[in-house]
Amino acid sequence: MSIRTRTNYLHIAISILLALLAILFVAPILIVFMNSFKSKLFISSEPFAFPTAETFTGYANYVEGAKKINFFKAFGYSLFITTFSVAAVVATTSMLAWYITRVKSLFTTFIYYLLVFSMIVPFQMVMFTMSKIANMLHLDNPVGVIVLYVGFGAGLGSFMFSGFIKTIPLSLEEAALIDGATPPQTFFQVVLPMLKPTAITIAILNAMWIWNDYLLPYLTIGTEYKTIPVAIQYLRGGYGAVDMGAMMAMLVLAMLPIIIFYLFTQRYIIEGVVAGAVKG
Amino acid sequence: MDKTLRRWAPLFVVPALICFIIAFLVPMIMGLVLSFFKFSTVTDGVFVGWSNYKRIFTDMDFISSLWMNVRFTIVTVFTINIFAFFLALLLTRGVKGTNVYRTIFFMPNLIGGIVLGWIWLLIINGILLPKGVTIISDPKYGFWGLVALANWQNIGYMMVIYIAGIQTINRDLIEAAQIDGANSWIRLKSVILPSVMPAITICTFLTLTSGFKIFDQNLALTAGNPARKTEMLALNIYNTFYTRTNFEGVGQAKAVLFTILVAVIALTQLAATRQKEVEA
Repeated sequence: MSIRTRTNYLHIAISILLALLAILFVAPILIVFMNSFKSKLFISSEPFAFPTAETFTGYANYVEGAKKINFFKAFGYSLFITTFSVAAVVATTSMLAWYITRVKSLFTTFIYYLLVFSMIVPFQMVMFTMSKIANMLHLDNPVGVIVLYVGFGAGLGSFMFSGFIKTIPLSLEEAALIDGATPPQTFFQVVLPMLKPTAITIAILNAMWIWNDYLLPYLTIGTEYKTIPVAIQYLRGGYGAVDMGAMMAMLVLAMLPIIIFYLFTQRYIIEGVVAGAVKG
Repeated sequence: MDKTLRRWAPLFVVPALICFIIAFLVPMIMGLVLSFFKFSTVTDGVFVGWSNYKRIFTDMDFISSLWMNVRFTIVTVFTINIFAFFLALLLTRGVKGTNVYRTIFFMPNLIGGIVLGWIWLLIINGILLPKGVTIISDPKYGFWGLVALANWQNIGYMMVIYIAGIQTINRDLIEAAQIDGANSWIRLKSVILPSVMPAITICTFLTLTSGFKIFDQNLALTAGNPARKTEMLALNIYNTFYTRTNFEGVGQAKAVLFTILVAVIALTQLAATRQKEVEA
């Protein structure tokens, strides 16, 4: 057998293996999707069976679930909080990072290490005191939560922006300043356009985190403003009685926007996540 | 430049810093101080010295959650990294459809922890159905359910980091080894593995910390049931704060220990990476 035919056989074997694994990976999502059209009684008794004439309920679960947890309102809160928090994180941390990278003093060095340290600390360390303070300062609403997300996102954002700014030659900024540009003009017209790739990475990482975050919105605004994860967990009810039909439908609605968004932007998302992991 | 910039400090530094102080710094310091107090709101503390910390070690649920968490983390660090590396090897051989597979394997990583928990509750209970039991019938079902969930969520994430690592290897190096008669095992051992060591370090660290920090998945899949036997550290701390009365101080002390544990892992990783960079 020549090397080429051997390589061909190997490629066929790998392709078959990959196809099987791909089916295994998509299966959980498809099973949830399939069950979202079955009447709730049959979801726990035959979860892996296709809907039949007897078990099929159409979109009844969707109607029931969306009504129970006010899904579209939750979607609105999630979208609002994620969009504005991500924008605020990118804007404020790029500015902070430029300052602490270009101005060298005891203060900026201290702030830098404090920000890096905050990336390590688990949320449980601050959750109780943070939610009490948020309450006292009246940050317990969708707008106030943005302040909290900027605070928790400041570490990674500043760290990554700062890492990139260090690689930009100073001469460009100095030339702009000598030409009479003020520091804000220099930042927004010279520095910020160069930060674009890092800004995209930070935006992606923060969007994934904030969209899916459960505990922070639950503890601060959970009773009044339920984001999607909080609303879904709320379906559990007080004594563990779960309407699995409504649950399946809401899981589909929760996943659908992310998956559609992902299919269009997957290259950026994967590149962003790799960049974030390697530099963070 | 330094001087002109300093005058603009309020604009560049204040927005992010204020949020950071409110959301992280003050809660962090208060949390540290309050771990030595007995309190139920953050303003009614009574100093109790080391008493909160002493009570942790007589709390059998905490010890059991620590043990559960250690076992979970060890198992997931190995399984996730081995599967992810294996998939990365398959996807760097120029097989047709590589991009589609990469997109599929990475997809679960975008789904939030709460949604993941409910998806796998359906799957695990479906698998256990013929035995006539559910996931909360025995802690071992919850344990392996969480392991399966964590694998599904993280394999694709680690895989893309390994792919990036493998792609940095010079193709000539692999071909040269091939011409010299090195079989695939030797090529893997002496060409590929040494070159992806940085990726292995990153992935080990990511899976280690995410293994210890896991919360949403734990809450949605088992909520610690049966009898708190599948509760891991973050969930145990949460339950100490919010489901037991007069245990806020103990919860805060646990959170401090948890932070130290996670910080030690992170610093070890940092030291390991630094050492490698010096050697290289």
